[in-house]
Amino acid sequence: MIGVVSYLVFFATVAAILAIAVLGLNLHWGNTGLFNGGVAAFFGAGAYGTLLLGGTPQDGHLGGFGLAYPAALLGGMAAAAVMAWLVGVLTLRLRHDYLAIATFGVAVAFETLMRNAEWLAGGAKGVRGFERPLRDALGDGFLYNLLFLVAVLVVLVAVYLFLERLIGSPFGRLLRAIREDETAARSLGKTPAQVRLTAFVTGAVIMGLAGGLYGTFYAFVSPQDILPTLTFQIWAMLIVGGAGNNRGAILGAFLIWGAWTASGWALSRFAPVEAQLYTGSVQFVLIGLVIVGMLLWRPEGLLPERLVVSQSGSSSRTQEGV
Amino acid sequence: MIQNLLDGVLTGSFLSLGAIGLTLVMHILRFANFSHAELLSIGAYAALVFDRLFEALLPVFAAAFAPLTLTGALVLALLVSMVATGASAVLIDILVFRRIRENGRELSMVFASFGMALVVRNLIGLVFGLHSQLYSPDIAFATVLSFDPLILVKPDQLFVFVAALAIMAVLHLVLTRTTFGFALRAVAENPALAQANGVNLRAMITAVWLIAGALAAAAGVFYGLSHQITPVMGRDLVLPIFAATIVGGIGSVNGALLGGFIVGIATNLSLVILPAGYTPAVPFLMILAVLLVRPNGLFGEARE
Amino acid sequence: MSDPTAPEAILEAHGVTAGYVRDLPVLHDVSVRVARQRVTVLIGPNGAGKSTLIKAVAGQVTVFAGTVTHEGTDLTRLRPDRLAAHGIAIVPQTDNVFRNLTVRQNLALASRGTGAAARLAAVFDRSPVLADKRHTKAGALSGGQRQVLAVAMALAKAPRLILMDEPSAGLSPKAAAEVLAMVRRLTAEGVSILLVEQNVKLALQMADHVYILAEGRNQVDGPAAALRGDRIVADIYLGGKRIAAA
Repeated sequence: MIGVVSYLVFFATVAAILAIAVLGLNLHWGNTGLFNGGVAAFFGAGAYGTLLLGGTPQDGHLGGFGLAYPAALLGGMAAAAVMAWLVGVLTLRLRHDYLAIATFGVAVAFETLMRNAEWLAGGAKGVRGFERPLRDALGDGFLYNLLFLVAVLVVLVAVYLFLERLIGSPFGRLLRAIREDETAARSLGKTPAQVRLTAFVTGAVIMGLAGGLYGTFYAFVSPQDILPTLTFQIWAMLIVGGAGNNRGAILGAFLIWGAWTASGWALSRFAPVEAQLYTGSVQFVLIGLVIVGMLLWRPEGLLPERLVVSQSGSSSRTQEGV
Repeated sequence: MIQNLLDGVLTGSFLSLGAIGLTLVMHILRFANFSHAELLSIGAYAALVFDRLFEALLPVFAAAFAPLTLTGALVLALLVSMVATGASAVLIDILVFRRIRENGRELSMVFASFGMALVVRNLIGLVFGLHSQLYSPDIAFATVLSFDPLILVKPDQLFVFVAALAIMAVLHLVLTRTTFGFALRAVAENPALAQANGVNLRAMITAVWLIAGALAAAAGVFYGLSHQITPVMGRDLVLPIFAATIVGGIGSVNGALLGGFIVGIATNLSLVILPAGYTPAVPFLMILAVLLVRPNGLFGEARE
Repeated sequence: MSDPTAPEAILEAHGVTAGYVRDLPVLHDVSVRVARQRVTVLIGPNGAGKSTLIKAVAGQVTVFAGTVTHEGTDLTRLRPDRLAAHGIAIVPQTDNVFRNLTVRQNLALASRGTGAAARLAAVFDRSPVLADKRHTKAGALSGGQRQVLAVAMALAKAPRLILMDEPSAGLSPKAAAEVLAMVRRLTAEGVSILLVEQNVKLALQMADHVYILAEGRNQVDGPAAALRGDRIVADIYLGGKRIAAA
């Protein structure tokens, strides 16, 4: 019997994990103007990387190196970094719509690979055999979940603070300079390509971190977790919350995840049995309408940039919207 | 391998039709339309509805043109579906894309197209069900062209190939022989100059959506004829169709035509070396290759 | 300027303030009068706003204040695709033909409307060069031939007023002289012309009336003959005297 509190802890944990991913996307899009259509791939790299490195040996596929948890998590983030570096070097100089297609393709290719390469990561069956950290000491109960939530929230706050400082730093000013006027920035001796690549890899690492935490939480990951729909959900979160705005990103994550789980619950509770198969479809129609609706009526998101108090003296934000 | 080549040519037939519409939209409206492939779904399902309707109303049309499984009703349904899908495309533009475009945010249109794709695809699933469907319950027997190596071809596949080429030929004639066609190409190249020559941009944009929708409907029906009709057909065709436009060069109708066949053939030939599960990744690899080697594709021009 | 013997105006721009961005107009309170069947030329240093005025008349640039009247009709916020319908044709400076279309296709597009076939035939009669290359893509023509095509596209509309933006730009002296001759011929045939010209000497040879613009404002204007010997032209170009706006 899952009590309401228990359920809320569960909900908050996943929402917070997704919020971390949305923060990564905000660095890509809101701050650097990069259109990442393949969020699911970097998220997935982190998830798969963490589980393969930290899991116990499994029949039939690679992995099971049994590394200590922190190492496994960092390994997942490193996998996301490597993937982002490769993708970035090849595609970041492309026009926006080409970049969207190319990154979308990366995610499709990654999911295809994971689905088929059984020797690599279990194929459609996914990766199992992962022991959640400190499970021996704390067991599997409510206490564990609560502590896990606290840990995730700590990570979320840490990532948020890191990004806020990054934006206020000289690097952040450089990002804005390149967004506003690339030629001028180049004339000052900065290489836009290098700067964009750094931002891209950093954002991807954050997405990988989120993926690693996600995989850790469920102690399981499969290709079903990295479908393009995950990318759309994370984009929806950013669009709703407010692109270019880290608080908006977090707000958007909780709102959209809340709406998603609430609608899922309502549909499974109230829809007739024969219609249960279609609850996913209804949810996707709703999320699609949310994306379109926001873009038509409030493209700057719920928390537009100008409402955020900027740090005195160290940053100046221009109005950024989707 | 020859079988793969043949299958590739068949796949290319409907990929080309889808890609031509997308390349026009991408070039003239300057956004990557992730919902274009859903127009193929709309076309396929609309044709299904009209096919059943015409068969019921006019039983004489239910007879198939042997050895095809194609019926007169389906031919009529295809034509009606082309109109209906074109109209749907215009409607979606009026309701969603135009407003965003006129507020000056090109990139929002890409996100909006993500959203529309989700909406359309899942609405279709809700209305028609998640299972796959076929236009005709008849089993189409393949003709054996050769026994060793084994080469089979279904009459429906031949029809699809010929019909696709016929449609593309008609479009080619329109683009190279009519002033409407010149006006369309003029808008694609230089909208301001086109206006100075009396071309109404909004009318042309509507025309582009109508054409793209009609071609997509045909592509969807042809896909449905040679495979099956499912709500996720759009999702499965998004990347191959994008790949075809990128290979051909965005803005080039001839490029999209060639690109469709190239992607179709490459994807099917890849089956010789890759297990079938990997084929969804092939279009992506082709996109990557093109963007690295020749970003403007075969016939595209940079347009900024 | 209120000379009773002067021909009537076909086009009047009055107090036009226009630009690309609302807060940054390129033209400030500019007035220009194009006399019927005459050549009116705009000259001035770079950035003076000459091309912008042409574009403002054509509806390609937003007019924030002032009026543009053509044959008595107010065309101030003209929708750009209505230009040809009012009997006005424009020859832009660059990108003035459709390179992907053949010569014939370009002209067919330009001459759409009633009597299209006749106008198209007339263009080919007039220009053996274009007739000869009618099936060549415009992108494959030489620069000079493209310019001829661009002008022909304007003429194919049987316009009453032609706007030209630096028609001699990039042409050899010989070709530029041909442009000059053609422009004068056109007025003899009843067409009025407003053009922008960078080459002052050529401008003064072509023009009936000259307007000098600088920094987005009127400076001086007058009959070409009167300005030919006038030092003020040289002064404005060399950065000397500017007649400041109020």
